[in-house]
Amino acid sequence: MLRKLALGTALGALAAGGALAQDIDVKLGVLNDRSGVYADIAGEGSVVATRMAVEDFKAAEKGLNVEVISADHQNKPDVGSNIARQWYDQDGVNAIVDVPTSSVALAVAQITADKNGVFLASGPGSTELTREQCKPTTIHWTYDTAALANGTGKAVTEAGGKKWFFLTADYAFGHSLEENTSNVVKESGGEVVGSVDVPFPATDFSSFLLQAQSSGADVIGLANAGGDTINAIKQASEFGITQAGQKLAGLLIFINDIHALGAQTAQGLQMTSAFYWDTDDETRDWSARFEEQMNKKPSMVHAGVYSAVMHYLGAVEATGGTDGDQIAAWMKENPYEDALMGQVQVRGDGRAVHDMYLFEVKTPDESEGEWDLLKKVSTIPGDQAFLPMLDECDFTKE
Amino acid sequence: MAMSDTGITRPAAQQAGMPMLHKIIFLVLLVFLAVLPFMVYPVFAMKLMCFALFAAAFNLLLGFGGLLSFGHAAFFGSASYVAAHAAKVWGLTPELAVLSGTVAAAILGLAIGALAIRRQGIYFAMVTLAFAQMVYFVALQAQFTGGEDGIQSVPRGDLFGLISLRDNVSLYFFVLAVTFGGVLMLYRIVHSPFGQVLKAIRENEPRAISLGYNVNRYKLMVFTLSATFAGLAGATKSQVFQLASLTDVHWTMSGEVVLMTLLGGMGTIFGPLVGAAIIVTMQNYLATFGAWVTVIQGVIFVIGVMLFREGIVGVIARWIKRPL
Amino acid sequence: MFELLGIPPQALLGQLLLGLINGSFYAVLSLGLAVIFGLLNIINFAHGALYMMGAFVAWMLLNYAGIGYWPALILAPLIVGVFGIVLERLMLSRLYHLDHLYGLLLTFGLALIIQGLFRNYYGISGLPYRIPDALSGGYNLGFMFLPKYRGWVVVASLVVCFGTWFMIEKTRLGAYLRAATENPVLVGAFGVNVPLMIMLTYGFGVALAGFAGVLAAPIYSVNPNMGADLIIVVFAVVVIGGMGSIMGAILTGYFLGLIEGLTRVFYPEGSAVVIFVIMAIVLLFKPEGLFGRAA
Repeated sequence: MLRKLALGTALGALAAGGALAQDIDVKLGVLNDRSGVYADIAGEGSVVATRMAVEDFKAAEKGLNVEVISADHQNKPDVGSNIARQWYDQDGVNAIVDVPTSSVALAVAQITADKNGVFLASGPGSTELTREQCKPTTIHWTYDTAALANGTGKAVTEAGGKKWFFLTADYAFGHSLEENTSNVVKESGGEVVGSVDVPFPATDFSSFLLQAQSSGADVIGLANAGGDTINAIKQASEFGITQAGQKLAGLLIFINDIHALGAQTAQGLQMTSAFYWDTDDETRDWSARFEEQMNKKPSMVHAGVYSAVMHYLGAVEATGGTDGDQIAAWMKENPYEDALMGQVQVRGDGRAVHDMYLFEVKTPDESEGEWDLLKKVSTIPGDQAFLPMLDECDFTKE
Repeated sequence: MAMSDTGITRPAAQQAGMPMLHKIIFLVLLVFLAVLPFMVYPVFAMKLMCFALFAAAFNLLLGFGGLLSFGHAAFFGSASYVAAHAAKVWGLTPELAVLSGTVAAAILGLAIGALAIRRQGIYFAMVTLAFAQMVYFVALQAQFTGGEDGIQSVPRGDLFGLISLRDNVSLYFFVLAVTFGGVLMLYRIVHSPFGQVLKAIRENEPRAISLGYNVNRYKLMVFTLSATFAGLAGATKSQVFQLASLTDVHWTMSGEVVLMTLLGGMGTIFGPLVGAAIIVTMQNYLATFGAWVTVIQGVIFVIGVMLFREGIVGVIARWIKRPL
Repeated sequence: MFELLGIPPQALLGQLLLGLINGSFYAVLSLGLAVIFGLLNIINFAHGALYMMGAFVAWMLLNYAGIGYWPALILAPLIVGVFGIVLERLMLSRLYHLDHLYGLLLTFGLALIIQGLFRNYYGISGLPYRIPDALSGGYNLGFMFLPKYRGWVVVASLVVCFGTWFMIEKTRLGAYLRAATENPVLVGAFGVNVPLMIMLTYGFGVALAGFAGVLAAPIYSVNPNMGADLIIVVFAVVVIGGMGSIMGAILTGYFLGLIEGLTRVFYPEGSAVVIFVIMAIVLLFKPEGLFGRAA
């Protein structure tokens, strides 16, 4: 069932001029959505990013025989947990990478802890991964709903959007996004004038948008994701809601969503991200390499996968093994830095702390290319972006 | 609904015990299942058995009761939720958790069945669909189901408080006992006098009424039994995967069990087991093909309806001229 | 002004109008299903997939052949209709002598195939389709802003629905059709080509789904799953209206759009399930449907 890719086993043996310091087999399993709503933001791109990391780490030269396999969890927790178990029990996988969709990620976090692997979470957003259901072997790398709420919620409120109305996707993820954002809005001196729970998934948002409009709010917060967000934004423009002066705040939007909407429809929308391809020369180079294989620009999930795998491989090299607890401990003790994510420090609860950025979608006039879509508004320092650590989740203190 | 004009071979009444052929098949199956966890991944094998029981339970209603339910996921899924909740929150031992899930499905089956059996054919299917959608809605909204996340990290616990099921192999034999027992019970029901009356009703309802049978009582009983065994399958599955999720109650799950039964051969004893085995294996090993799995399933559906309305086992039964 | 349960009447009026717009889609789709069921006794589970296909064909016409919205409004339903006819000839026509359920199962399989294929080739994100220039913008009605395009959806669906009803219930052709379903042998004996008529009817019912797909393309994103969940709702609409009743399907479509619109105001979480609650109630107390003849 798995696409296999043996990397550099032969090469590793040949290339080393001197004696190899060590000879360790490492197997990484990229588990994500390859056919559903998250196939574009994660999918095959995360496999490509993982391979790029293995390549750039020069794993073969350092005596690591890294193999990358992948599978589709179809956004179903039972399918995902079945694969994860099989990987650990049978296929000798040492770490599971990515796993968008919180319900699957929570299941994988549990299994990973039981089997002493490492879970490098880039795709999922749920803060539960490092709070209510924290595990010593979970490393939550790229973003979480709290960071998105902190970024977008705070910036928009401080810029004058005091009164908020939420369109909330009626499931756990949507509610946690709404709750996180509401707190931030209130802390920043705003108020929440109302919210409506929208059945998920939905195609027609007109009724809910109209309710939002008549609430007299300044900002309509979209506590949803993927196709729902895209539809809501399109229909808000169709019903003249943005033109009438109300602002939209997308709480979980990826560059691919903006690309699908086009600058014309999405212009002015503010969003929080951990990564944007067009930041500096290094991110542009890296993204160009990614694009060669995928024909699209990388999302922050892809960039996060790359960085997390790099840090993981560093840990394998340093500890000389693949023991989950040891690796996770090493990753928390040692900082990491690269061009994609900047400086990263993994906390005791597994939360990777790094800067987040607030972006605004360019107008069609400003945009010079298909993917020239965002401009940076501000930087949210890592220590402000994420929720504080819960004491009971600090696995570094004994 | 009259399914009698479909050309499916009808097994002759088996009054006196289990025929030798069936005994042999069950025995071979049992031996095969006993060594299976040492050949393939045990969790996969357990999933297979749970779905085999689910399909067999569904087949009791469709193949022997002549009633097409389009909402069987409701029983499978709600039992899975209740069993997961019982094991995780109430801290019940696995056998009690499974039992409570099964009881919940039985009660739900009785309630939905009482309303649904008043309608026939496609209307019956639609009523079951409607109720299944409502169950789905409850699963999405209720607090204890955990919404989109489902109930996660269900502990595996100790059987009767004694035998640890944390090990895959010991859990496997628990699941084997439950599902195999379930299938044997279904076999017994089909071949009991009750099963004979069911057959009579399916073939000619007015005639059964004129013979003095309370048709609705029989229909309600078979519906409830089918729901109960579907629940048993769902409850067991939640212990295997240690989670209960919306997938189990979604209407596509109801569609999948129809597919399994149809593919294997409805109205046969072994058909649903074969159908479930094929579909689950396919989903497992074709997972990397993404949406192609859906396409392949669709193709099987179409070929099944066009060419093999008797299903795989039905065709074999016709060849060897023995009911299977 | 007085308020109804905390909702000002203007807002309520707006919500009702939106309900009517959604009801337009239900009406056109359930009409297609009802035509097919009424005349062929086939429960067409592939209807949602064919609706999605209509939207995709419109998108393809624009992107591969440069054909815009207005020609697509005619062409896409035709293409979908022809596709439907092929399905009918190759497969469905072989199942007429069997139980209804086999038609349901076959079309269920076809829906899986069609949706799976589109998902493979076009992904899941959805493709954009622009509102035609003539219909962009909108009217300020005082109580709400009505996009022109949504207004057009209501008008177009009303015309198509009542045109179809008229053709089937009031014309000679329709009379043949109805007669052919009652007694195909007798009608055939009068020299009417019954298989041809049935084939064209299926093509027409399916074309209605394609038409709804084109109507939907500019406002919902064109994506392979757009019909998957909708089909279940539309089924419910047909059952509530009464299987096979043309007028029943139309009126119930609009009516349930309104009910759903109201639910979205008073109990938004429940708006996805309200139709099924109504379906269960109707089936239990008036099984032939609101407008159906007793079976």
